[in-house]
Amino acid sequence: MRFETPATINPIDQLKVVGKPADRIDGPLKTTGTARYAYEHHEGISNPAYGYVIGSAIAKGRITGIDLAAAKSAPGVRAIVTADNAGKLGKGDRNTAKLLGGPDIEHYHQAIALVVADTFEQARAAAELVRVDYVRTDGAFDLAAAKDIAKPQAVFGGPADTAVGDFADAFAAAPVQLDASYTTPDQAHAMMEPHASIAAWNGDKLTLWTSNQMIAWGVGEVAKTLDIPKENVRLISPFIGGGFGSKLFVRSDALLAALGARATGRPVKVALPRPFVFNNTTHRPATIQRIRIGAARDGKISAIGHEEWSGNLPGGRPEGAVAQTRLLYAGANRMTATRLAELNLPEGNAMRAPGEASGMMALEIAVDEMAERLGMDPIEFRIINDTQVDPEKPERPFSQRRLTECLRTGAERFGWNKRNPQPGGVRDGRWLVGMGVAAAFRNNLLTKSAARVRLDNNGVVTVETDMTDIGTGSYTIIAQTAAEMMGVPMEKVVVRLGDSTFPVSSGSGGQWGGNNSTAGVYAACVKLRESIAQKLGFNSAEAEFADGEVRSGNRRVPLAQAAGDGGLSAEDGIEYGDIDKKYQQSTFGAHFVEVGVDAATAEIRVRRMLAVCAAGRILNPKTARSQVIGAMTMGVGAALMEELVVDERAGFFVNHDLAGYEVPVHADIPHQDMIFLDETDPMSSPMKAKGVAELGICGVAAAVANAVYNATGVRVRDYPITLDKLLERLPNVG
Amino acid sequence: MRSFTYERARTPAEAAASAMRKPDAKFIAGGTNLLDLMKLEIETPAHLIDVNGLALDKIEPTQEGGLRIGALVRNTDLAADTRVRRDYGVLSRALLAGASGQLRNMATTAGNLLQRTRCPYFYDTNQSCNKRKPGSGCAAIGGFSRQHAVVGASEACIATHPSDMAVAMRALDATVETVRPDGATRTIPIAEFYRLPGDTPHIETTLMPGDLITAVTLPKPVGGKQIYRKVRDRASYAFALVSVAAIVQRDGTGRVALGGVAHKPWRVEAAEAQMPNGAKAVAARLLADARPTRENAFKLALAERTLGAVLAEAKG
Repeated sequence: MRFETPATINPIDQLKVVGKPADRIDGPLKTTGTARYAYEHHEGISNPAYGYVIGSAIAKGRITGIDLAAAKSAPGVRAIVTADNAGKLGKGDRNTAKLLGGPDIEHYHQAIALVVADTFEQARAAAELVRVDYVRTDGAFDLAAAKDIAKPQAVFGGPADTAVGDFADAFAAAPVQLDASYTTPDQAHAMMEPHASIAAWNGDKLTLWTSNQMIAWGVGEVAKTLDIPKENVRLISPFIGGGFGSKLFVRSDALLAALGARATGRPVKVALPRPFVFNNTTHRPATIQRIRIGAARDGKISAIGHEEWSGNLPGGRPEGAVAQTRLLYAGANRMTATRLAELNLPEGNAMRAPGEASGMMALEIAVDEMAERLGMDPIEFRIINDTQVDPEKPERPFSQRRLTECLRTGAERFGWNKRNPQPGGVRDGRWLVGMGVAAAFRNNLLTKSAARVRLDNNGVVTVETDMTDIGTGSYTIIAQTAAEMMGVPMEKVVVRLGDSTFPVSSGSGGQWGGNNSTAGVYAACVKLRESIAQKLGFNSAEAEFADGEVRSGNRRVPLAQAAGDGGLSAEDGIEYGDIDKKYQQSTFGAHFVEVGVDAATAEIRVRRMLAVCAAGRILNPKTARSQVIGAMTMGVGAALMEELVVDERAGFFVNHDLAGYEVPVHADIPHQDMIFLDETDPMSSPMKAKGVAELGICGVAAAVANAVYNATGVRVRDYPITLDKLLERLPNVG
Repeated sequence: MRSFTYERARTPAEAAASAMRKPDAKFIAGGTNLLDLMKLEIETPAHLIDVNGLALDKIEPTQEGGLRIGALVRNTDLAADTRVRRDYGVLSRALLAGASGQLRNMATTAGNLLQRTRCPYFYDTNQSCNKRKPGSGCAAIGGFSRQHAVVGASEACIATHPSDMAVAMRALDATVETVRPDGATRTIPIAEFYRLPGDTPHIETTLMPGDLITAVTLPKPVGGKQIYRKVRDRASYAFALVSVAAIVQRDGTGRVALGGVAHKPWRVEAAEAQMPNGAKAVAARLLADARPTRENAFKLALAERTLGAVLAEAKG
């Protein structure tokens, strides 16, 4: 199905099932521990062996020798895979460093060997017996030091440099100016389920049970790396214990499991140990950002500029932190610049709202600072500079843009009028109390997505698509979509996901999964409705699907009967024309945060949070709310604690476990509230929906930062905002 | 993890004797720290002596009016004991500030005292660490040292002791009771139990080979306001940047011990004489010999300010 013009009325608009806060249909499987995750597929996998990955002990250099003798003769060991004996391997296009390194080492904990044994414990014990000799070479590990030699680099389809009007002149002439620099650290996804895979070969055909967000991408990458036809690779990933971007791409567990299985002739299971995940896999790269804003005294922005520096391995991409600044606020004179330095740290790549999450962390502090210079309320300053058109191309409107309504609704609900604009002015016992606000912004991305729908003679509708559910609720919204389209209750819908034998979907990433995958299911259901109508001799345009029946005029036929013994099936997908070129599609929101800062210790604790989001039709308010409050929680982590600390001597992330890399715990998140504005976006798809899962994180950290400033009068521009950055500047106590 | 042999000891003396016979042996109780370290091959015992069956899980009054806490009393039970809550509030509060509910259910009193540092370089076997591999160097010096010691450290090691419970025990002047392989017992005041790193940071206590901790004894209650204040980046489930265990009497005298600043719970009795003069004076004396790194220098101000808040709370 081609989607080229705005959606009109369609069966989804009935909203009998779609739009309802349905419980997750996979919930009982998860709460009873019967949902099988990647490492847990036991059926049909006989006599598996276990692989344990060995990572490089250096960041950059070369292996000069590996002594496998002791490990090979250790109890239970069946094979040891290294680059020396793995055969010729290609490299996928979606990862930067090789998944199996050696002899050249590209980063710390790059996988260099897999020990395969009869038990996990034997493999782990034998791995410790492998002796590796290295020659180190100097690497670059310090972004600040590499900043001046960073090079222009395009990112996410945008150019390295953008310019509209004359930024330099307009900024110089602006009566009120801000020129400030900000930093964000390297961050880890820290999902619960580590990367894990089971590989089994049947002749030249490989099956991989793995934990992966993008099945079709994964098939292509595995095929290319092993130099085998895509048809010979099957990926199965029905449940994923969190991804946040870390599982967009095939990682070392999958490749090494495949190589280990090939070497031993047995299925091989590989899970990455937690302390290994942080340096072996990907992370969100650190940024240095400079933001300049010039405005007239009435608050209208005349010049806005945003420059970003980030680092990555040779061939890697920048973080992309300036993207939102091209679209979020009005202003005739604009510039952005993206600069990339080569660093020899582990691979930087996508993490929840790549680019925008980091960019909003800086931009929305800058906006708060600018409002203060203007003597304006930060909400009013944002509203004055709101725009309904792409500021770079005024002829191009936003499909929907309700930022102002998000801000106003939130201000009302949160009690913004009780905020004391004078920093450091509110005290509650031992706490200095402050409120902060930030805009939320994330683009809505359209990408094709297909599904297959079957109707059987029990009236059961089965949906198959290689879409994944990374904890987001894909199973449930897909069931709701099919139920709405076919006129059956959700109990009559079976959803099967995450298998490369199913039609190729959008997958899960970039907050594109919800809208695109359900639109693909919509398209397949339209086709199925047509074939049912045709079989019954109904006019498909007039046929009504409701209550388990097809109706046309006086005729009513139960779906089970319509299906007949052979059943009926249809396969189709959604594909998009250039509607997203004509209209800018984005999602908007506003984050409100109240924090307390301990007057003595400078400990920062969030007291309450509110998000107001406008993101098209909300397909399921319960699962969507979970996405947003989860993202708000992740934003608190980014604001207050998350940082992969670089050891600039040895070139690695030091705090590489969940004790050292802190993310919020329950006690950090006392009260969260969120509101979806009632919205449909006919430009997005027949579902009229957009993404919410990444919108929810964009701006949160800046709202926290602005609240800390309001509480204390101390402006911190380097994340995370930890107590040591406040302490010296807090008033004396006692 | 290396292969190991395993036995269940039947008496404390038998456990101690077994440990004496096998130099590569370790006692195991809750296992909340040791098992993790074994999986990473930071600890590589050849033999484990399971002491869980030794019936050392009672809390009993002593003749001196104090409490004798069996080595196997779980942290959860110790924190909840009504006598501890009434008479040794600083201990109960310190326990509840540590770890998580699940870990406290498993962790024992003796195991808590003996937990190893959380220095990330200690945990990464690719890095040099004199505590893990004597003579290999200290990667934390000149590296990521925000959590590390500011006082009492050495050129060989700047690790901290991570326990909260031990800081309260130090303020309470607890004594550690052990049994020797020959069945003899000895008592070690907690002030003498922990060692500073010096040039042997791998030797952390004054326990001798074969010593098995059987109990920790608290002297009779000293009253006063008992406060444990733990400062950390997140609200729970994190090790202390700085913690203060304080017992403050009505006249302003009392005791304070600091956690998160040294290789052991940090208490300087001479500093306590300054308590009536306020936090600045106490902190100046407590941390007189501090030599922080660039990354953890904030702990000096943080300790002083936290102490100030604790003393103010005690007064109010």
